[in-house]
Amino acid sequence: MSEKTKGTASPEQISYANLLFYGCWTGLGIMIVTYLIYVLGLMSPHVSMDHVVQLWSRPVHDYLTQGNVPSGWGWVGLLGKGDFLNFLGIVLLAGLTIVCYIPLIPAYLKKKDPVFAILALAEVLILLVAASGIVGGGAH
Amino acid sequence: MKRNVRWMHVLMGAVATVLLLGVCAWAGGDGDVAAQMAEAAGTGGMPWWAWPVILLFFCFILGIIAVLAGVGGGVLYVPLVSGFFPFHLDFVRGAGLLVALAGALAAGPGLLKRNFASLRLALPVALIASSCAIVGAFLGMALPTNIVQLCLGGTIMFIAILLLVSKNTAHPVVTKQDAVGLALGINGAYHDPSTGELVEWKTHRTLPGLLMFIIIGIMAGMFGLGAGWANVPVLNLMMGAPLKVAVGTSKFLLSITDTSAAWVYLNNGCVIPLMAIPSVVGLMLGSFVGVRLLAKAKPAFIRYMVIGVLLFSGGKALLKGLGF
Repeated sequence: MSEKTKGTASPEQISYANLLFYGCWTGLGIMIVTYLIYVLGLMSPHVSMDHVVQLWSRPVHDYLTQGNVPSGWGWVGLLGKGDFLNFLGIVLLAGLTIVCYIPLIPAYLKKKDPVFAILALAEVLILLVAASGIVGGGAH
Repeated sequence: MKRNVRWMHVLMGAVATVLLLGVCAWAGGDGDVAAQMAEAAGTGGMPWWAWPVILLFFCFILGIIAVLAGVGGGVLYVPLVSGFFPFHLDFVRGAGLLVALAGALAAGPGLLKRNFASLRLALPVALIASSCAIVGAFLGMALPTNIVQLCLGGTIMFIAILLLVSKNTAHPVVTKQDAVGLALGINGAYHDPSTGELVEWKTHRTLPGLLMFIIIGIMAGMFGLGAGWANVPVLNLMMGAPLKVAVGTSKFLLSITDTSAAWVYLNNGCVIPLMAIPSVVGLMLGSFVGVRLLAKAKPAFIRYMVIGVLLFSGGKALLKGLGF
Protein backbone atom coordinates (compact mmCIF):
# COMPACT_ATOMS: atom_id res chain seq x y z
CA MET A 1 0.00 0.00 0.00
CA SER A 2 1.51 3.40 -0.99
CA GLU A 3 1.84 6.44 1.31
CA LYS A 4 -0.86 8.17 -0.72
CA THR A 5 -3.45 5.44 -0.34
CA LYS A 6 -2.73 5.25 3.38
CA GLY A 7 -2.68 9.04 3.83
CA THR A 8 0.55 8.85 5.80
CA ALA A 9 3.56 11.11 5.54
CA SER A 10 6.57 9.97 3.47
CA PRO A 11 9.70 8.76 5.34
CA GLU A 12 11.68 11.88 4.36
CA GLN A 13 8.85 14.07 5.68
CA ILE A 14 8.87 12.18 9.00
CA SER A 15 12.67 12.53 9.28
CA TYR A 16 12.37 16.27 8.58
CA ALA A 17 9.66 16.58 11.27
CA ASN A 18 11.76 14.76 13.88
CA LEU A 19 14.84 16.85 13.21
CA LEU A 20 12.73 20.02 13.36
CA PHE A 21 11.10 19.00 16.65
CA TYR A 22 14.34 18.43 18.56
CA GLY A 23 16.18 21.34 16.94
CA CYS A 24 13.38 23.80 17.63
CA TRP A 25 13.03 23.01 21.31
CA THR A 26 16.81 22.93 21.80
CA GLY A 27 17.05 26.37 20.19
CA LEU A 28 14.28 27.80 22.36
CA GLY A 29 15.84 26.27 25.48
CA ILE A 30 19.23 27.80 24.68
CA MET A 31 17.54 31.11 23.93
CA ILE A 32 15.85 31.23 27.35
CA VAL A 33 18.96 30.18 29.30
CA THR A 34 21.22 32.70 27.54
CA TYR A 35 18.61 35.45 28.00
CA LEU A 36 18.50 34.79 31.74
CA ILE A 37 22.32 34.90 31.89
CA TYR A 38 22.13 38.25 30.09
CA VAL A 39 19.37 40.01 32.04
CA LEU A 40 20.51 38.67 35.43
CA GLY A 41 23.89 40.24 34.72
CA LEU A 42 25.81 36.96 35.04
CA MET A 43 27.86 38.04 32.01
CA SER A 44 28.50 41.68 31.23
CA PRO A 45 26.96 42.94 27.97
CA HIS A 46 28.84 44.53 25.08
CA VAL A 47 26.25 47.33 24.87
CA SER A 48 25.04 48.39 28.32
CA MET A 49 21.33 48.15 29.13
CA ASP A 50 20.86 51.93 29.35
CA HIS A 51 22.58 52.40 26.01
CA VAL A 52 20.45 49.71 24.29
CA VAL A 53 17.31 51.43 25.54
CA GLN A 54 18.51 54.68 23.99
CA LEU A 55 19.52 53.07 20.70
CA TRP A 56 16.57 50.77 20.02
CA SER A 57 14.37 53.70 19.04
CA ARG A 58 16.91 54.83 16.43
CA PRO A 59 17.68 53.34 12.99
CA VAL A 60 19.91 50.26 12.89
CA HIS A 61 22.82 52.30 11.48
CA ASP A 62 22.95 54.37 14.70
CA TYR A 63 22.78 51.19 16.80
CA LEU A 64 25.73 49.69 14.91
CA THR A 65 27.93 52.78 14.97
CA GLN A 66 27.13 54.23 18.41
CA GLY A 67 26.92 50.84 20.11
CA ASN A 68 30.07 49.64 18.30
CA VAL A 69 28.09 46.57 17.24
CA PRO A 70 29.51 44.37 14.46
CA SER A 71 27.32 43.30 11.54
CA GLY A 72 27.39 39.95 9.73
CA TRP A 73 29.05 37.15 11.69
CA GLY A 74 31.03 39.61 13.83
CA TRP A 75 28.90 38.55 16.82
CA VAL A 76 30.91 35.29 17.03
CA GLY A 77 33.86 37.25 18.39
CA LEU A 78 31.64 38.70 21.12
CA LEU A 79 30.15 35.45 22.44
CA GLY A 80 31.80 36.14 25.77
CA LYS A 81 29.43 39.08 26.24
CA GLY A 82 25.95 38.57 27.74
CA ASP A 83 24.02 40.25 24.92
CA PHE A 84 25.81 38.45 22.09
CA LEU A 85 25.63 35.09 23.84
CA ASN A 86 21.91 35.24 22.96
CA PHE A 87 22.79 34.83 19.30
CA LEU A 88 23.56 31.14 19.90
CA GLY A 89 19.86 30.26 20.28
CA ILE A 90 18.73 32.73 17.63
CA VAL A 91 21.20 31.38 15.07
CA LEU A 92 20.27 27.79 15.88
CA LEU A 93 16.63 28.59 15.09
CA ALA A 94 17.57 30.54 11.97
CA GLY A 95 19.83 27.72 10.75
CA LEU A 96 17.52 24.84 11.54
CA THR A 97 15.79 24.78 8.16
CA ILE A 98 19.16 24.43 6.42
CA VAL A 99 20.04 21.46 8.66
CA CYS A 100 16.65 19.83 8.01
CA TYR A 101 16.92 20.30 4.24
CA ILE A 102 20.34 18.63 3.82
CA PRO A 103 19.13 15.00 4.41
CA LEU A 104 16.37 15.57 1.83
CA ILE A 105 18.94 15.67 -0.99
CA PRO A 106 20.20 12.05 -0.64
CA ALA A 107 16.68 10.89 0.30
CA TYR A 108 15.20 12.17 -2.97
CA LEU A 109 18.16 10.88 -4.99
CA LYS A 110 17.59 7.44 -3.44
CA LYS A 111 13.93 7.66 -4.48
CA LYS A 112 15.09 8.50 -8.03
CA ASP A 113 13.46 11.90 -7.78
CA PRO A 114 16.23 14.18 -9.12
CA VAL A 115 13.94 17.22 -9.56
CA PHE A 116 13.16 17.40 -5.85
CA ALA A 117 16.79 16.67 -4.95
CA ILE A 118 17.78 19.69 -7.07
CA LEU A 119 15.02 21.82 -5.47
CA ALA A 120 16.31 20.87 -2.00
CA LEU A 121 19.92 21.58 -2.99
CA ALA A 122 18.96 24.96 -4.48
CA GLU A 123 17.10 25.89 -1.28
CA VAL A 124 20.11 24.96 0.86
CA LEU A 125 22.36 27.12 -1.35
CA ILE A 126 19.96 30.08 -1.19
CA LEU A 127 19.66 29.88 2.58
CA LEU A 128 23.45 29.52 2.91
CA VAL A 129 23.96 32.62 0.77
CA ALA A 130 21.47 34.54 2.96
CA ALA A 131 23.17 33.27 6.12
CA SER A 132 26.69 34.01 4.90
CA GLY A 133 26.02 37.72 4.58
CA ILE A 134 27.77 37.66 1.17
CA VAL A 135 24.96 39.72 -0.34
CA GLY A 136 25.42 43.13 1.26
CA GLY A 137 22.59 45.05 2.88
CA GLY A 138 21.47 48.61 2.43
CA ALA A 139 20.58 49.23 6.05
CA HIS A 140 19.57 52.80 6.78
CA MET B 1 4.22 12.54 21.31
CA LYS B 2 1.25 13.69 23.44
CA ARG B 3 3.32 13.23 26.59
CA ASN B 4 6.14 15.23 24.96
CA VAL B 5 3.81 18.12 24.17
CA ARG B 6 2.32 18.16 27.70
CA TRP B 7 5.79 18.08 29.17
CA MET B 8 6.83 20.98 26.94
CA HIS B 9 3.80 23.03 28.10
CA VAL B 10 4.75 22.57 31.75
CA LEU B 11 8.38 23.34 31.00
CA MET B 12 7.58 26.47 29.03
CA GLY B 13 5.20 27.72 31.73
CA ALA B 14 7.85 27.25 34.38
CA VAL B 15 10.52 28.88 32.27
CA ALA B 16 8.33 31.93 31.55
CA THR B 17 7.69 32.37 35.27
CA VAL B 18 11.38 32.06 36.02
CA LEU B 19 12.21 34.48 33.23
CA LEU B 20 9.77 37.04 34.54
CA LEU B 21 10.70 36.62 38.18
CA GLY B 22 14.38 36.66 37.32
CA VAL B 23 14.14 39.98 35.55
CA CYS B 24 11.96 41.50 38.31
CA ALA B 25 14.18 40.15 41.08
CA TRP B 26 17.31 41.51 39.52
CA ALA B 27 15.74 44.91 39.00
CA GLY B 28 14.13 44.90 42.45
CA GLY B 29 17.45 44.15 44.11
CA ASP B 30 19.10 47.08 42.47
CA GLY B 31 16.32 49.63 42.15
CA ASP B 32 18.50 52.71 42.37
CA VAL B 33 20.63 51.59 39.47
CA ALA B 34 17.53 50.82 37.40
CA ALA B 35 16.03 54.23 38.15
CA GLN B 36 19.27 55.97 37.21
CA MET B 37 19.44 53.96 34.01
CA ALA B 38 15.87 54.88 33.10
CA GLU B 39 16.58 58.54 33.73
CA ALA B 40 19.68 58.36 31.57
CA ALA B 41 17.84 56.49 28.86
CA GLY B 42 15.02 59.01 28.75
CA THR B 43 12.27 56.38 28.43
CA GLY B 44 9.60 58.29 30.30
CA GLY B 45 10.76 57.14 33.75
CA MET B 46 10.58 53.48 32.77
CA PRO B 47 13.48 51.27 33.87
CA TRP B 48 15.10 49.22 31.08
CA TRP B 49 13.61 45.96 32.31
CA ALA B 50 10.05 47.28 32.08
CA TRP B 51 10.02 47.06 28.29
CA PRO B 52 11.00 43.38 28.03
CA VAL B 53 8.46 42.52 30.75
CA ILE B 54 5.66 44.48 29.03
CA LEU B 55 6.67 42.94 25.70
CA LEU B 56 6.57 39.42 27.17
CA PHE B 57 2.99 39.94 28.44
CA PHE B 58 1.91 41.80 25.32
CA CYS B 59 3.22 39.03 23.05
CA PHE B 60 1.65 36.38 25.27
CA ILE B 61 -1.78 37.97 24.69
CA LEU B 62 -0.95 38.48 21.02
CA GLY B 63 -0.08 34.77 20.73
CA ILE B 64 -3.49 33.78 22.14
CA ILE B 65 -5.35 36.17 19.82
CA ALA B 66 -3.30 35.09 16.78
CA VAL B 67 -4.16 31.41 17.26
CA LEU B 68 -7.84 32.13 17.91
CA ALA B 69 -8.04 34.35 14.85
CA GLY B 70 -6.09 31.93 12.66
CA VAL B 71 -3.39 34.42 11.70
CA GLY B 72 0.37 34.26 12.22
CA GLY B 73 1.97 36.26 15.03
CA GLY B 74 4.07 38.49 12.76
CA VAL B 75 1.13 40.13 11.05
CA LEU B 76 -0.15 41.44 14.40
CA TYR B 77 3.27 41.93 16.00
CA VAL B 78 4.89 44.27 13.44
CA PRO B 79 2.14 46.92 13.11
CA LEU B 80 1.21 46.89 16.82
CA VAL B 81 4.73 46.90 18.27
CA SER B 82 6.01 49.48 15.76
CA GLY B 83 2.96 51.63 16.50
CA PHE B 84 2.85 51.46 20.30
CA PHE B 85 6.37 50.61 21.50
CA PRO B 86 9.48 52.81 21.38
CA PHE B 87 11.43 50.48 19.08
CA HIS B 88 12.54 51.53 15.60
CA LEU B 89 10.88 49.72 12.70
CA ASP B 90 14.23 48.09 11.74
CA PHE B 91 14.31 46.14 15.02
CA VAL B 92 10.57 45.44 15.04
CA ARG B 93 10.83 43.82 11.61
CA GLY B 94 13.86 41.77 12.71
CA ALA B 95 12.04 40.56 15.84
CA GLY B 96 8.81 40.09 13.85
CA LEU B 97 10.54 37.65 11.52
CA LEU B 98 12.00 35.71 14.45
CA VAL B 99 8.53 35.59 16.05
CA ALA B 100 6.97 34.24 12.85
CA LEU B 101 9.91 31.86 12.33
CA ALA B 102 9.80 30.40 15.87
CA GLY B 103 6.03 29.86 15.64
CA ALA B 104 6.36 28.11 12.28
CA LEU B 105 9.27 25.93 13.43
CA ALA B 106 7.33 24.82 16.51
CA ALA B 107 4.22 23.98 14.50
CA GLY B 108 6.14 22.25 11.67
CA PRO B 109 6.73 18.76 13.15
CA GLY B 110 3.06 18.14 14.04
CA LEU B 111 1.83 19.39 10.68
CA LEU B 112 4.33 17.32 8.69
CA LYS B 113 3.63 14.12 10.63
CA ARG B 114 -0.15 14.47 10.18
CA ASN B 115 0.43 15.19 6.47
CA PHE B 116 -1.38 18.53 6.79
CA ALA B 117 1.87 20.10 5.55
CA SER B 118 3.18 18.56 2.35
CA LEU B 119 6.86 18.65 1.41
CA ARG B 120 5.94 18.06 -2.22
CA LEU B 121 3.81 21.20 -2.24
CA ALA B 122 6.14 23.22 -0.01
CA LEU B 123 9.51 22.63 -1.71
CA PRO B 124 8.85 24.36 -5.07
CA VAL B 125 6.86 27.15 -3.40
CA ALA B 126 9.51 27.69 -0.71
CA LEU B 127 12.32 28.02 -3.23
CA ILE B 128 10.54 30.91 -4.96
CA ALA B 129 9.26 32.58 -1.80
CA SER B 130 12.53 32.39 0.13
CA SER B 131 14.62 33.77 -2.77
CA CYS B 132 12.19 36.66 -3.11
CA ALA B 133 12.09 37.22 0.66
CA ILE B 134 15.83 38.00 0.51
CA VAL B 135 15.15 40.59 -2.20
CA GLY B 136 12.27 41.97 -0.09
CA ALA B 137 14.45 42.21 3.01
CA PHE B 138 17.06 44.23 1.13
CA LEU B 139 14.38 46.46 -0.37
CA GLY B 140 12.89 47.04 3.07
CA MET B 141 16.26 47.98 4.49
CA ALA B 142 17.29 50.20 1.60
CA LEU B 143 14.07 52.24 1.43
CA PRO B 144 13.48 55.20 3.77
CA THR B 145 11.60 54.26 6.97
CA ASN B 146 8.58 56.47 6.21
CA ILE B 147 8.09 54.80 2.83
CA VAL B 148 8.25 51.33 4.43
CA GLN B 149 5.80 52.51 7.13
CA LEU B 150 3.42 53.75 4.42
CA CYS B 151 3.65 50.49 2.47
CA LEU B 152 3.28 48.49 5.69
CA GLY B 153 0.15 50.46 6.64
CA GLY B 154 -1.35 49.90 3.19
CA THR B 155 -0.51 46.19 3.27
CA ILE B 156 -1.95 45.68 6.76
CA MET B 157 -5.20 47.40 5.75
CA PHE B 158 -5.32 45.24 2.62
CA ILE B 159 -4.86 42.10 4.78
CA ALA B 160 -7.75 43.23 7.01
CA ILE B 161 -10.01 43.61 3.97
CA LEU B 162 -8.79 40.25 2.58
CA LEU B 163 -9.69 38.56 5.90
CA LEU B 164 -13.10 40.21 5.78
CA VAL B 165 -14.03 39.17 2.25
CA SER B 166 -12.13 35.93 1.51
CA LYS B 167 -14.09 32.71 1.70
CA ASN B 168 -11.77 29.72 1.69
CA THR B 169 -13.05 26.36 0.49
CA ALA B 170 -12.56 23.24 2.60
CA HIS B 171 -12.26 20.90 -0.39
CA PRO B 172 -11.82 22.75 -3.71
CA VAL B 173 -12.83 20.76 -6.78
CA VAL B 174 -9.81 19.96 -8.96
CA THR B 175 -11.08 17.97 -11.92
CA LYS B 176 -7.80 17.76 -13.83
CA GLN B 177 -4.28 18.37 -12.59
CA ASP B 178 -2.25 20.75 -14.77
CA ALA B 179 1.03 19.77 -16.48
CA VAL B 180 3.35 21.53 -14.00
CA GLY B 181 1.60 20.02 -10.97
CA LEU B 182 1.67 16.61 -12.64
CA ALA B 183 5.36 16.87 -13.58
CA LEU B 184 6.31 17.86 -10.03
CA GLY B 185 4.02 15.21 -8.54
CA ILE B 186 2.30 17.75 -6.31
CA ASN B 187 -0.45 15.63 -4.78
CA GLY B 188 -1.09 13.76 -1.58
CA ALA B 189 -3.60 12.43 0.91
CA TYR B 190 -4.37 12.86 4.59
CA HIS B 191 -6.73 11.45 7.16
CA ASP B 192 -9.28 14.04 8.27
CA PRO B 193 -9.81 13.38 12.01
CA SER B 194 -13.13 15.30 12.03
CA THR B 195 -14.73 12.98 9.44
CA GLY B 196 -12.44 9.94 9.60
CA GLU B 197 -12.12 10.09 5.82
CA LEU B 198 -9.04 9.80 3.64
CA VAL B 199 -8.86 13.03 1.63
CA GLU B 200 -6.88 12.85 -1.61
CA TRP B 201 -5.80 16.07 -3.29
CA LYS B 202 -3.91 17.46 -6.28
CA THR B 203 -3.26 20.96 -7.59
CA HIS B 204 -4.32 22.94 -10.63
CA ARG B 205 -3.18 26.38 -11.87
CA THR B 206 0.20 25.42 -10.40
CA LEU B 207 2.36 27.80 -12.46
CA PRO B 208 0.33 30.99 -11.79
CA GLY B 209 0.14 29.92 -8.13
CA LEU B 210 3.92 29.52 -7.94
CA LEU B 211 4.41 32.93 -9.58
CA MET B 212 2.22 34.57 -6.91
CA PHE B 213 4.85 33.56 -4.36
CA ILE B 214 7.27 36.04 -5.94
CA ILE B 215 5.09 38.88 -4.60
CA ILE B 216 4.35 37.09 -1.32
CA GLY B 217 8.06 36.45 -0.68
CA ILE B 218 9.01 40.07 -1.36
CA MET B 219 6.31 41.35 1.02
CA ALA B 220 7.28 38.89 3.77
CA GLY B 221 10.91 39.99 3.60
CA MET B 222 10.19 43.68 3.21
CA PHE B 223 7.86 44.06 6.19
CA GLY B 224 9.11 41.28 8.45
CA LEU B 225 5.70 39.61 8.37
CA GLY B 226 4.93 35.94 8.21
CA ALA B 227 2.88 35.67 5.04
CA GLY B 228 0.27 33.10 6.06
CA TRP B 229 -2.51 35.57 5.24
CA ALA B 230 -1.40 35.43 1.58
CA ASN B 231 -0.17 31.82 1.39
CA VAL B 232 -3.49 30.26 2.36
CA PRO B 233 -5.72 31.90 -0.30
CA VAL B 234 -3.18 31.17 -3.06
CA LEU B 235 -2.71 27.51 -2.06
CA ASN B 236 -6.41 26.96 -1.40
CA LEU B 237 -8.40 29.14 -3.79
CA MET B 238 -5.91 29.36 -6.65
CA MET B 239 -4.03 26.05 -6.61
CA GLY B 240 -6.89 23.95 -5.23
CA ALA B 241 -5.21 22.44 -2.15
CA PRO B 242 -7.72 21.45 0.58
CA LEU B 243 -8.00 24.08 3.32
CA LYS B 244 -6.26 21.92 5.95
CA VAL B 245 -3.34 21.25 3.61
CA ALA B 246 -3.22 24.94 2.60
CA VAL B 247 -3.17 26.13 6.23
CA GLY B 248 -0.67 23.45 7.33
CA THR B 249 1.67 23.90 4.36
CA SER B 250 1.45 27.69 4.70
CA LYS B 251 2.52 27.55 8.34
CA PHE B 252 5.37 25.20 7.47
CA LEU B 253 6.37 27.41 4.52
CA LEU B 254 6.88 30.33 6.89
CA SER B 255 9.70 28.41 8.56
CA ILE B 256 11.56 28.42 5.23
CA THR B 257 10.60 31.82 3.81
CA ASP B 258 11.22 33.65 7.09
CA THR B 259 14.57 31.89 7.56
CA SER B 260 16.04 33.55 4.48
CA ALA B 261 14.75 37.01 5.41
CA ALA B 262 15.69 36.56 9.08
CA TRP B 263 19.32 36.00 8.11
CA VAL B 264 19.37 39.28 6.19
CA TYR B 265 18.06 41.18 9.21
CA LEU B 266 20.40 39.27 11.52
CA ASN B 267 23.46 40.01 9.39
CA ASN B 268 22.51 43.69 9.26
CA GLY B 269 22.33 44.03 13.05
CA CYS B 270 18.53 44.36 13.22
CA VAL B 271 18.12 41.88 16.08
CA ILE B 272 18.39 43.27 19.61
CA PRO B 273 18.16 40.28 21.99
CA LEU B 274 16.77 42.39 24.88
CA MET B 275 13.53 42.96 22.94
CA ALA B 276 13.53 40.08 20.42
CA ILE B 277 13.67 37.16 22.88
CA PRO B 278 10.76 38.19 25.15
CA SER B 279 8.75 38.68 21.95
CA VAL B 280 9.50 35.16 20.71
CA VAL B 281 8.95 33.47 24.10
CA GLY B 282 5.78 35.46 24.89
CA LEU B 283 4.21 34.70 21.54
CA MET B 284 5.04 31.02 21.70
CA LEU B 285 3.58 30.67 25.19
CA GLY B 286 0.48 32.57 24.09
CA SER B 287 0.13 30.24 21.11
CA PHE B 288 0.10 27.19 23.41
CA VAL B 289 -2.62 28.72 25.57
CA GLY B 290 -4.50 29.86 22.46
CA VAL B 291 -4.62 26.32 21.10
CA ARG B 292 -6.21 25.15 24.38
CA LEU B 293 -8.77 27.99 24.29
CA LEU B 294 -9.60 27.33 20.66
CA ALA B 295 -12.33 24.81 21.45
CA LYS B 296 -14.22 27.26 23.71
CA ALA B 297 -13.70 30.49 21.78
CA LYS B 298 -16.15 32.14 19.42
CA PRO B 299 -14.06 32.40 16.25
CA ALA B 300 -16.35 34.85 14.45
CA PHE B 301 -16.07 37.44 17.24
CA ILE B 302 -12.29 37.08 17.43
CA ARG B 303 -11.97 37.27 13.67
CA TYR B 304 -13.83 40.60 13.60
CA MET B 305 -11.80 41.84 16.56
CA VAL B 306 -8.54 41.07 14.73
CA ILE B 307 -9.82 42.75 11.57
CA GLY B 308 -10.58 45.82 13.71
CA VAL B 309 -7.11 45.71 15.30
CA LEU B 310 -5.45 45.35 11.89
CA LEU B 311 -7.41 48.30 10.45
CA PHE B 312 -6.46 50.40 13.47
CA SER B 313 -2.76 49.45 13.47
CA GLY B 314 -2.58 49.73 9.67
CA GLY B 315 -4.05 53.21 9.92
CA LYS B 316 -1.54 54.13 12.60
CA ALA B 317 1.36 52.88 10.44
CA LEU B 318 0.01 54.95 7.53
CA LEU B 319 -0.17 58.07 9.69
CA LYS B 320 3.34 57.42 11.05
CA GLY B 321 4.61 57.06 7.48
CA LEU B 322 2.98 60.39 6.60
CA GLY B 323 4.77 62.00 9.53
CA PHE B 324 1.79 62.47 11.90
